[in-house]
Amino acid sequence: MGCRLCEVHCLVQHSKSKDIIKVYKGKEPKPVPRVIVEEKGYLSFALQCRHCEEAPCLEACPTGAMYRDKKTGAVLCDEEKCVGCWMCIMVCPFGVIARGQETADREQTKIVSKCDLCIGEETPVCVKNCPNEAIVCEEIE
Amino acid sequence: MSSDNIRYVIVGNSAGGTAAIEAIRQCDEKGKITVISEETYFNYSRPLISYLLAKKVTLNDMPYRKREFYKDNDVELILGAKAEKLVTEDKCVILSGGQKVPFDKLLLAAGGTPIVPKIKGSNLDGVFTFTTLADALKIEEHINNHKVKKAVVLGAGLIGLKATEALLELKMEVTIVEMSGRILSTTFDEKTSSIMRTALEKRGCGLFTGNTITAIEGENKIEQVILKNGQKIPAGLAIIAIGVKSNIELVNETPVKTNRGILADEFMQTNVKDVYAAGDCCEAKDFLSGANHPIPIWPAAVRQGKIAGFNMAGSKKEYRGSFAMNSVELCGIPTISMGQTAVEEKDYQVLQRFDAEKNTYRKIVLKNNRIVGAILVGNIERSGIYTGLIKDRVDTTNFREQLLGEDFGLISLPEEYRKHLVTGNGGVF
Ligand SMILES: Cc1cc2nc3c(=O)[nH]c(=O)nc-3n(C[C@H](O)[C@H](O)[C@H](O)COP(=O)(O)OP(=O)(O)OC[C@H]3O[C@@H](n4cnc5c(N)ncnc54)[C@H](O)[C@@H]3O)c2cc1C
Repeated sequence: MGCRLCEVHCLVQHSKSKDIIKVYKGKEPKPVPRVIVEEKGYLSFALQCRHCEEAPCLEACPTGAMYRDKKTGAVLCDEEKCVGCWMCIMVCPFGVIARGQETADREQTKIVSKCDLCIGEETPVCVKNCPNEAIVCEEIE
Repeated sequence: MSSDNIRYVIVGNSAGGTAAIEAIRQCDEKGKITVISEETYFNYSRPLISYLLAKKVTLNDMPYRKREFYKDNDVELILGAKAEKLVTEDKCVILSGGQKVPFDKLLLAAGGTPIVPKIKGSNLDGVFTFTTLADALKIEEHINNHKVKKAVVLGAGLIGLKATEALLELKMEVTIVEMSGRILSTTFDEKTSSIMRTALEKRGCGLFTGNTITAIEGENKIEQVILKNGQKIPAGLAIIAIGVKSNIELVNETPVKTNRGILADEFMQTNVKDVYAAGDCCEAKDFLSGANHPIPIWPAAVRQGKIAGFNMAGSKKEYRGSFAMNSVELCGIPTISMGQTAVEEKDYQVLQRFDAEKNTYRKIVLKNNRIVGAILVGNIERSGIYTGLIKDRVDTTNFREQLLGEDFGLISLPEEYRKHLVTGNGGVF
């Protein structure tokens, strides 16, 4: 229904303090949401990394920053290794990898930003907080 | 020889070679893998050498696989040795030191070598090519030793521009000299070349197109270069980046067929059984034309190495082909170009939009209503959606008007295809 609550929860979850007030009051850098909501007329949907089985971003990443987590199978980006060459953005057919956030004290951070399935959380926050239960997270064999 | 200890030999320890190791180990835990590399570094990312030169990363950041990679995958790594001769009848390669390495399956992932034109003075100190980690370190040392402030880059292709990007980052005065009429003429169209030219010139970078260097002068070390038009440009450093040729010497006196690169079929095998090829040294299928064509980019090398590895280990996988694509950022302007972008023929349709205020540009090239090329300048977000549409050969008739929109997304796509993307498990190839 296009409420964009998932975006809000996502960016708060990936902020420094995880405190919605601090983030929205500009007390700290506001991250780019890692879930994208697309809307047109009555149609809307949320989209985040599909953690593809044959992930094009893994093949394109020349630094080794993009990797598959052995335990969860998630495709993650090691922000220490990412140099912002944007090769993954160039090959992701879903368009769910974004350039990192611009902040007041830093110019465009040269790292990409993508869904990490909310590392450490049992359920990704976008799934947990979707009022319509439209976002689901399931393992596909 | 029993099937559980196949001897795999890989020449080249870079994108193609490591992808092959990973694929082989997915299918065969026991086979013996030997990797031969002329370079002495353990593993490093070639595209990162410009970031190293620009001091955006350190030597420690160069490896793209962990230190334990070769141990974990039980790989014997022979570094600093050149595979000098391939004997296909005896199934072995002979190394520079004379060592004979027998194989059951061989992968040639030997990459390319920079082309150095015959220019008077090109042997002077301070004249470099720029394709290896050693090159980057030598250039850095030269800059430091001689407090170099001015540099000339010959060639405005991908590597020349990456070098320029790094040198500008180091606050050097850079002059680019390019034979063709514009920069990155293989993947940019004229508009993009001109946008980037303006940006470079604004930044103070000199740019001579339709020109070349006829001589490099100096006593012992480079002091200036002479251009074809007679102009003299003072420089303490020159980087020669006019192109890279596939390393095919190893197969020269063998039955393995070559064109500009080693020819590989859809299983990445050469015409000689059990001899495979991948990456910059090879010519495999071009997704767009269907013909064999070298596509010297990282993602293609990885894809080809992976397909070769699977097939070498007995798991049949077909290569669908790749197409050229580049991501280059200059003067803070990101660009992405892919596929066929500078077409003139009548059977292509071109959609384009330039926003002078934002300095963004987007161009889509269609053939039979299917996207065969795209360029994005300034705003490159979600550009991979176009890559996906090219790979899946999606008919764009019903959403053509939306293709150029800044907000172009999956929502613009036909429902059927969108559902396949959004609810499927990904993996376009
Ligand atoms: C400065 C620079 C920037 C780049 N940036 C990008 C980029 O942004 N995006 C992109 O897609 N691509 C980029 N590329 C291209 C990319 O690096 C190559 O396409 C990729 O490295 C090809 O991998 P490969 O495994 O085929 O060969 P290579 O990486 O060339 O490796 C081949 C290896 O084989 C070794 N070798 C060769 N012959 C022998 C022999 N006879 N015996 C033993 N060893 C041998 C070589 O020494 C070398 O180490 C860049 C390249 C350069 C130089």
